[in-house]
Amino acid sequence: MKHNIRLTGTGGQGLILAGIILAEAALLEGKNAIQSQSYGPEARGGASKAEVIIADEAIHFPKVQESDYLLAMSEKAYEKYSAGMKDGSVLIIDTTFVEERPNAKAKTTYAIPITKLAIDATGRELTANICALGVMSALGLVGEEALKKAILNRIPKGTEELNMKAFEAGKNAAEA
Amino acid sequence: MSDIRLMQGNEACALGAIHAGVRFYAGYPITPSTEIAEIMAEELPKYGGKFIQMEDEIAGMAAIIGASLTGKKTLTATSGPGFSLKQENIGYAAMAEVPCVVVNVQRGGPSTGLPTSPAQSEIMQSKYGSHGDRGAIVLTPSTVPECFRLAVRSVNLAEKYMTPVILLMDEIVGHMREAIDLEEERKAEVYDRKKPDCGPEDYVAYAPDENGAPVLAPFGAGYRYHVTGLTHDETGFSTMVPEKVERVNRRLVDKIENNKEDIVMWEETCTDDAESVIVAYGGAARAAREAVELLRAEGKKVGLFRPISVWPFPDKALTALAAKVRSVFVTEMNDGQLAGEVKKVIGGKVPVDGLFVMDGEIMTPQEIADGWKGANQ
Repeated sequence: MKHNIRLTGTGGQGLILAGIILAEAALLEGKNAIQSQSYGPEARGGASKAEVIIADEAIHFPKVQESDYLLAMSEKAYEKYSAGMKDGSVLIIDTTFVEERPNAKAKTTYAIPITKLAIDATGRELTANICALGVMSALGLVGEEALKKAILNRIPKGTEELNMKAFEAGKNAAEA
Repeated sequence: MSDIRLMQGNEACALGAIHAGVRFYAGYPITPSTEIAEIMAEELPKYGGKFIQMEDEIAGMAAIIGASLTGKKTLTATSGPGFSLKQENIGYAAMAEVPCVVVNVQRGGPSTGLPTSPAQSEIMQSKYGSHGDRGAIVLTPSTVPECFRLAVRSVNLAEKYMTPVILLMDEIVGHMREAIDLEEERKAEVYDRKKPDCGPEDYVAYAPDENGAPVLAPFGAGYRYHVTGLTHDETGFSTMVPEKVERVNRRLVDKIENNKEDIVMWEETCTDDAESVIVAYGGAARAAREAVELLRAEGKKVGLFRPISVWPFPDKALTALAAKVRSVFVTEMNDGQLAGEVKKVIGGKVPVDGLFVMDGEIMTPQEIADGWKGANQ
């Protein structure tokens, strides 16, 4: 078992944090995980990519080559990273920013207005990354409990309720 | 008990340095090493240590030398452009024999290059970047736990051999996160700097111990001695007497070269039955490790030789391996810097080929496997 996950979008959307949380959740379940990232020199607005590999076996090469799961939270990110999807893989697009369209490599596509859902649930756009993790909780990569625990480990104190609302909104949308 | 965390290499490096007893950090933050400064700024005060952000990298290097002379274990961290700026003072620390650790988290160069992308192009600079002859200790980690371990070892070796030690990381290991068992890593042994075993009146600062290193008393402890970047005799005062000049220059090389058995580190994977060996280190060794698996799956008897100390280079170990294999293949994220040393060690006994990348991205296992196949038809 080896899952290659790519979380992509724009700098400032919190995708690197989402990647860290996903990897930490996998560790909490006793699996191996590696998280890496690439970003430009900008603090906000540049392309942002976080990668997570979750496996039962040891992971040496730290980068995702072809994704089993691609989350695209910007049109540019979709255009850039959909080419790196594995045939028969899973695609998650945030339809707030990404236009829905057919994708021949996707076995399953989750077209969900992630950022809009997050704003509706919490009034805060910056919870979109946690909402995206809610969507991903429906994919069975890591258990919901571990994910929630990992989220609570990494978010600022006092924002627990807010982030859990965003998480539930994403999860419910994915399971609908 | 275990305490497993998801951690960046930079964070593991900082925590390792603190475990080793580093209590003073001075530097100027630069991507991709900045997290080390951030963590030291936050953590050092909890241990009674001090953190200073200096006006530039040159001053950061000077400050850790000064602090080290008071007996503190000291650290600075930087990347390419900052590493270039530090060279003059690294030479000063080597000449004045002041222990300190310089972390260089390598990014793309030359100049400001690629601030957020990896490279391994300071292999030669880490040994020869400062003028003059000297022995150099340069360690390079491949995993997050190894960042912790080698930070501890860098401090230990600096204190034991009274020399600046370079911990040569790269953006790959610096920024990636993986599991580390802190409980386990914190069992690592720590070496403390020797203190003079005589009174101030009999003290000769630069008289070498059995390792060839001086025993420098902490400034302020009542021992008076002179510290200079000029070539000096055992009192620390400058000299131009040829025998004395030769003696100190020879000692600066020999205290490392004669203790290679104690210093060199390497790792071999699948080399027992190997007919060819891939040489890789740091972040790139992670790709090479999977390349070995790909080639083994095709029935090719390939092993991996990973230098952990790039300087001193593990020449004996590679020579022994070269006697058993038919070819050597080096892969690194530069134009073949360590491959030059590998060729020197192999001395033409077997062919040495390589895959050298300078595009700001780690080579893939498949690219290494294909490169190896191209060279071993």
